[in-house]
Amino acid sequence: MSTLSVQDHGVAHHEEDHGHHHKQSFLTKYIFSQDHKMIAKQFLITGITMAVIAMLLSILFRIQLAYPEKSFPLLETLLGRFAPNGRLDSNFYLALVTIHGTIMVFFVLTAGLSGTFANLLIPLQLGARDMASPFLNMLSYWFFFTASVIMLSSFFIQKGPASGGWTIYPPLSALPKAMPGSGMGMTLWLISMVLFIASQLMAGINYVSTILNMRTKGMDLWKMPLTVWALFLTAVLGVLAFPVLVAGVVLLVFDRSFGTSFYLSEIVLNGTQVQPYEGGSPILFQHLFWFLGHPEVYIVIMPAMGISSEVMSVNSRKPIFGYHAMVYSLIGITVLSFIVWGHHMFVTGMNPFLGGVFMITTLIIAVPSAVKTFNWLATLWRGNIRFTAAMLFAIGMVSFFISGGLTGIFLGNAALDINLHDTYFVVAHFHLVMGSAAIFGMLAGVYHWFPKMFGRLMNEKLGYLHFWITFIGAYLVFFPMHFMGLDGVPRRYYAFTEFESMKRWLSVNTFITWAAIMAAVAQFAFLFNFIYSIFFGKKATQNPWQANTLEWTTPVEHLHGNWPGEIPTVYRWPYDYSKPGAEEDFIPQTVPLSQTMSSNLPHDFEDNPTGLQEHAKWINTQNKNEEVK
Amino acid sequence: MTRIQQQEDKLNLAPKKFNMWIFIFTSFMFFAALTSGFIVYSGGTGHGIHIILPQAFMYSTAVIVLSSVTMFMASRAAKGLQFAKQRLYLWLTIILGILFFIIQIYAWYVLVYKMGIYFTNPNASQSFIYVFTGMHLLHILAGILLLGYTLWGSYRNIPQVKNLFGMQMSSIFWHFVDIIWIYLYVFLLLNQY
Repeated sequence: MSTLSVQDHGVAHHEEDHGHHHKQSFLTKYIFSQDHKMIAKQFLITGITMAVIAMLLSILFRIQLAYPEKSFPLLETLLGRFAPNGRLDSNFYLALVTIHGTIMVFFVLTAGLSGTFANLLIPLQLGARDMASPFLNMLSYWFFFTASVIMLSSFFIQKGPASGGWTIYPPLSALPKAMPGSGMGMTLWLISMVLFIASQLMAGINYVSTILNMRTKGMDLWKMPLTVWALFLTAVLGVLAFPVLVAGVVLLVFDRSFGTSFYLSEIVLNGTQVQPYEGGSPILFQHLFWFLGHPEVYIVIMPAMGISSEVMSVNSRKPIFGYHAMVYSLIGITVLSFIVWGHHMFVTGMNPFLGGVFMITTLIIAVPSAVKTFNWLATLWRGNIRFTAAMLFAIGMVSFFISGGLTGIFLGNAALDINLHDTYFVVAHFHLVMGSAAIFGMLAGVYHWFPKMFGRLMNEKLGYLHFWITFIGAYLVFFPMHFMGLDGVPRRYYAFTEFESMKRWLSVNTFITWAAIMAAVAQFAFLFNFIYSIFFGKKATQNPWQANTLEWTTPVEHLHGNWPGEIPTVYRWPYDYSKPGAEEDFIPQTVPLSQTMSSNLPHDFEDNPTGLQEHAKWINTQNKNEEVK
Repeated sequence: MTRIQQQEDKLNLAPKKFNMWIFIFTSFMFFAALTSGFIVYSGGTGHGIHIILPQAFMYSTAVIVLSSVTMFMASRAAKGLQFAKQRLYLWLTIILGILFFIIQIYAWYVLVYKMGIYFTNPNASQSFIYVFTGMHLLHILAGILLLGYTLWGSYRNIPQVKNLFGMQMSSIFWHFVDIIWIYLYVFLLLNQY
C-alpha cells in the first residue's frame, strides 16, 4: 500500500515537470542506463551477439563431424594453431563443444532470454515505473557483459578455452594439468561464471521483488499476464538454484588452487605422476551441479512458455485456455524441478532405489508439461488465428516442446537411460526441448515486442522466411540424432570414423551438417531484419497487435517512468479476447467493467456483489426492452 | 524529470527491503548447499570430522549472540529517536563483530597449530570446517561493512526514514549471519564424530 501512495505522489510531480525535461548524456542513456527498457535492449543485443558466436562455433565442429578426414586450408587460416593442416585440433573440438554449450545455456537462453523479457515486460505489464532497484539492474547487465567478454577471451589464450564439457565435471575441471583446456581456460570459465551468477542473482532478486511489491492498482496476482507469471517463477528458480552452483564452484576452486580433496581422489596423471589427493568424491560435484543444472533447464524454458502463451492468445484472438491451470502447472514445474536432478546421474552407480525415486519425480513433470501443451493447443482450437511471425515461432515452440518432451519420458526412465546416457539421443532430446523450443520462444518474443522496444515493426515476409527455414532446419538437424543415439553413438566424440560400428553414421552426420549450415544461413535473414528494422522499419502504432496487456498503453516513444501521467489502473484479466457481446475482439485490462455492460458475464463479479447486482439490473432492463420490441 | 524519478526510486524503500530478504534466501541456499555437500561427502565416503572442535567456537558463538542483542538495542534506540544510544550500540555491535572475526581466526590457529588439522586434507570433512567458517566470515565482513555504513549515516544526520531503513537492512542481515553461524556450529557439533 505504501508503495502505491509513494508512486501517486511521484505522479503529481510528473505532470508539472514536463516542461523542463533533463537531457541525459550519451553515457547515462545508452551505456550505464538504469532504465529497464534500455537494459532490456542491452541484454537482447548482447544475447543475440553471443548466440551468433555460439552458432558459428557449432558450425565449426559440425564441419569436423561431417568431414573428419578432410582438410580445409581455410580453417587453418582462420583458426591458426587450433586447426593444424586444415583439420580441427581434437582438443579444440572439445573446447568448441564446451563453449557452445556454456554460451547457449547460460549466456543466450538464461541471460539473453530472461534478461531481455523480464526487464522489458515486468514493469510494463505490471504498471511500474521501473524495477525495485534500477541500480542493481544496471549492475546486473554489466556483470553479465563482463562475464561474456571473459568467456570469449578464453579463445585468445595459449592453450584454448575450457574443454571439459559445459557441466565441468571434475577431475577434468579440477586438475589444471588434466587436458589443455583445464588450465587457464578453465580458470577463465570459472571467473566468468562467478560474475554471471552474481549478475543472475542481482537480476532475479530484482524481478521477484518488483513483481511482488510494485504492481499497479487493481493488478492482483490473478490478473497478471502469463509472461509475468513465468518470469516470476523463473526468477524464483534462479534465486534458489544459482547459490548452490556457487557452493559447488567454491569447492572446485579450492580443489584446483588450494590442494583440497573435495572432488578428487587417488589420481595418476600421464601414467606416472601420482597426485596427492585422497578420498574426494566427483559425484559430490555432480550433485551440486545438477541441483542447479536441472532447475536451470526450466529457467531456460519457462520464459519461453510464458511468451508463447501470451503471443498465442493474442494472435488466436481467444483467451488463453485454462489460465489457472497454466499458472498451477508453472508452479508445479518449479517445485518439481528441485527434486529431479538425480536423473542426470542414473549411471553414476547411484542406489537403484534412489534412481527409482528420481525416475518417478521426473516422470511426474510430464503432467504439468502436458497440461500446458494441451492448453496451448486448445487455445489455438477454433481461434481466429493471425499468422504473424511471432505466432509462427510460438507455435514452433510448442511443436519442439512436444517432440523433444516425448523423448524425455524415455530418458527419465532409469533402466532405459543405461542405454541412452551420453549418446546422441540425449543431444537430440535437449536440443529440441530446451534448445530449439526456448530459442523459438525467445524469437517469438522478439518479433512480438519489437515494436515496444524499438518503436518500429519487423518485416513479416522475412520473418516467415526465417521461421520456415529455421523450423525445418532444426528438425533436420536434431531428428536424425535420435537414431544415432539409439544405435549407441556417444556424444562429444571427435571422429566417428575411428570406430568400425559408427562409420556408417558418417553420411547422416554430413546431412546434419548441411542442414545446420542451412539453418545458420537463415539466421542472417533474422539479423538483417532485426538491424534494418531498428533504423528503417515501418513505424509502429501504439498497439499494433491489438493486445490487452498494459505495455501497449504506454506511448511509442520511450520515456523514463513509462507512462506520462498516472499509471493506469487494471480492472480485468489480460485475456478478454473475442468476448461475446463486446464491440471489438479485445478489451484492454484498463477498461472498467462498467464500460462493457453488454459483454459482462456473471463470473466477472465473483468477489463483487454490488457489481453483480448492477449486472443483474442491466440484464433485466435489456430483457424488458426486448419484450417491448 | 529524471531527478524526480530518482528521488522517487530512493523513496521506494519497501521493495528494497524485500530485496534484502530475497538475498538472505540466496545466502541461505548457499549454506544449505555446503552442508548438504558435507552430508553427501561424508555419507558417501565414510569420512567424518573425527575431532573435538576447538573451544574457541563456543566463545565466538557467545560473542555473536551478544552482538545480536546489541543490534536489537540499537534498532530500538533508533526507533525511539535516541541517536546517541543508537550510535553506542552500533559501535558495540561492530566491535563484537570484529571480536567474532578474531576468535574465528584464532580457532583456525588452534586447528592448524595445536591439532594439526589442515585445510588441505585427504579427509575433506575436516576441510569443510574451514569452508563453513571461511564463507561465513565473508558474510560477517559484509555485515560489518553494512553496519559501518549505517553508523556513518547516523553521524551525517540523514533523515530518520533513511536512518530507520538502514537500521532495518543491517539488522535483518546481522541477525541472519548470527542465525547462520548457530546453524553451522550446531551442524558441525552434531557431526563431530
